[in-house]
Amino acid sequence: MNAVNRSDVEDFLFAEADLLDQWRLPEWLTLFTEDAKYEVPCTDLAPDASPDTSLFYIADDRVRLGERVKRLMKRTAHAEFPHSRTSRIVGNVRIRGRTEREIDVSCVFQTLRTKDGTTDLYFGTSNYKLATDGEGLKIREKRCLLGSEGLRPSGRISIVL
Amino acid sequence: MDANSAEPALLVDPAQRIFKVARRNFVDHDIFEAEKARIFDRCWLYLGHSSELPKPGDFITRTVAGRNILFTRDVKGRLRALMNTCPHRGAQVCRERKGNAKSFQCFYHGWTFSADGKLRGQPGEESYPDDFKSRSTSNMQPVPRYESYRDFNFVSFDPNIVSLEQYLGNAKEYLDVICGQTDAGMSIVAGSQEYSIRANWKLLTENSIDGYHAVTTHASYFDILMNTTDNMSSGTGGGFGYDLGGGHAVLEYGAPWGRPVAQWIPGWGEPGKAEIARLYDKLVAQHGKDRADRIALKNRNLFIFPNLVVNDIMALTVRTYFPMAPDYMVINAWALAPNDETTWARKYRLNNFLEFLGPGGFATPDDAEALEHCQRGFKNSKEALWNDISKGMGKENPSHNDELQMRAFWTQWNRLMFPGPVPNIKDVAA
Repeated sequence: MNAVNRSDVEDFLFAEADLLDQWRLPEWLTLFTEDAKYEVPCTDLAPDASPDTSLFYIADDRVRLGERVKRLMKRTAHAEFPHSRTSRIVGNVRIRGRTEREIDVSCVFQTLRTKDGTTDLYFGTSNYKLATDGEGLKIREKRCLLGSEGLRPSGRISIVL
Repeated sequence: MDANSAEPALLVDPAQRIFKVARRNFVDHDIFEAEKARIFDRCWLYLGHSSELPKPGDFITRTVAGRNILFTRDVKGRLRALMNTCPHRGAQVCRERKGNAKSFQCFYHGWTFSADGKLRGQPGEESYPDDFKSRSTSNMQPVPRYESYRDFNFVSFDPNIVSLEQYLGNAKEYLDVICGQTDAGMSIVAGSQEYSIRANWKLLTENSIDGYHAVTTHASYFDILMNTTDNMSSGTGGGFGYDLGGGHAVLEYGAPWGRPVAQWIPGWGEPGKAEIARLYDKLVAQHGKDRADRIALKNRNLFIFPNLVVNDIMALTVRTYFPMAPDYMVINAWALAPNDETTWARKYRLNNFLEFLGPGGFATPDDAEALEHCQRGFKNSKEALWNDISKGMGKENPSHNDELQMRAFWTQWNRLMFPGPVPNIKDVAA
């Protein structure tokens, strides 16, 4: 899939954002490879910090990402019951590098979340490794670097960024 | 209603096993203001851990009870806690979060200070008297009181407060047990979780030492945990809550999750089993079997009045929090770990931490939701006046999922907030 261009990547990322906004999380999960990672480092860490040696907010392998999705679809995921309403904007999409297997992509995100009369903004940069060696694009790695200083006043990442 | 209202903040009657907390304590603006003067200006407050400043010249800026603090290690290796404000005209001197510096220069008029706060120079020195630099008033001011216990550093804004060790009292023993996980010292792991909850700070105190909510609030976490423990229940077995005096409290109990020091779960596989066995044997050699079992297999949620939580559970977390408004608090949380931990153990520790703890974990967001909904419920506090925290009252040995710990906190809170005899309070629980 060396012919992947920016508009293919944009279509893919926009579709991902749409699935998340619609809370179609089990479907969203199928966008990930079996060896995938989803990570959100603390905001005082270097962008390339490792969750094996530094404290993150989120460092999911594919198994825990599956648990996250299962949890969020339950009534007992209290922080997201009833589900919040979200609106994601993904922009400044760029292909940063290519290998035989994958492409490195960066984009900025702004996600608005409303629940119980309060609206919070999450913003930052997402770095993706998108697998190009299968059928269509798949996410092998998604690392969201929050642009904010900590999580104030949003307080928590109970949605998927 | 105000902070000096004749209406009681607590209603206590041990004979009838009644312990009620007025909900206005969570919403009233005058109470919020009074807490600043009567609690946060008069207690020892956690500043940071010595390991965060390993080298001379290292510094951190931190906000403690609204004050800007510059925490440094000076050239001689001594830790210093300075008021981060220029003695000249007041500007905040250091504006970076952390780093290493030979000196600190106030950018407003260029006064320069060493890491111990001493004035080293200022532009236009010739216009000042010769002894100006040797006057203590020319230096950055130290925090009124600064002491540490086992690398936990505290400050107090009350010059007359008792020593930190005296203040910690019975809580010291639990810090000793936690620090007993290794003889190589402990360090804060890189990465600070900095978040907030739209709720009164005392709700987080209660929540941090509340063994009663886990089964319902964290049902979805326990669903996931059962996958990694193969429904193993060997780590459970109950536990107890203790009033440590001075408002400090602790729960000590068994639980089914893995502990990096040192309780193995099947999810960690055979390599993990060998490493956990090695750590456990080391503890036995060092402390004897009874204390080793306590260190390795028991969990501790330790609360140090008024706003420090050290949770020794599936990972070790240090958490402190400050009220910004009656219905808004900010929280800082860190992971603490033994210095001699293997790469494997560090990885699994952090993995464990994130599964349960913190604003992206599978439990903390649900705690935050619960606290925020308590705060919402308190909007009815003029009609529905009281919280009930009587669970386990009258028991000789209250369980970890009783509410003795909360009564210990509130009793001390009440003592500091309303030191005089307050009409209508029948009694204050011992």
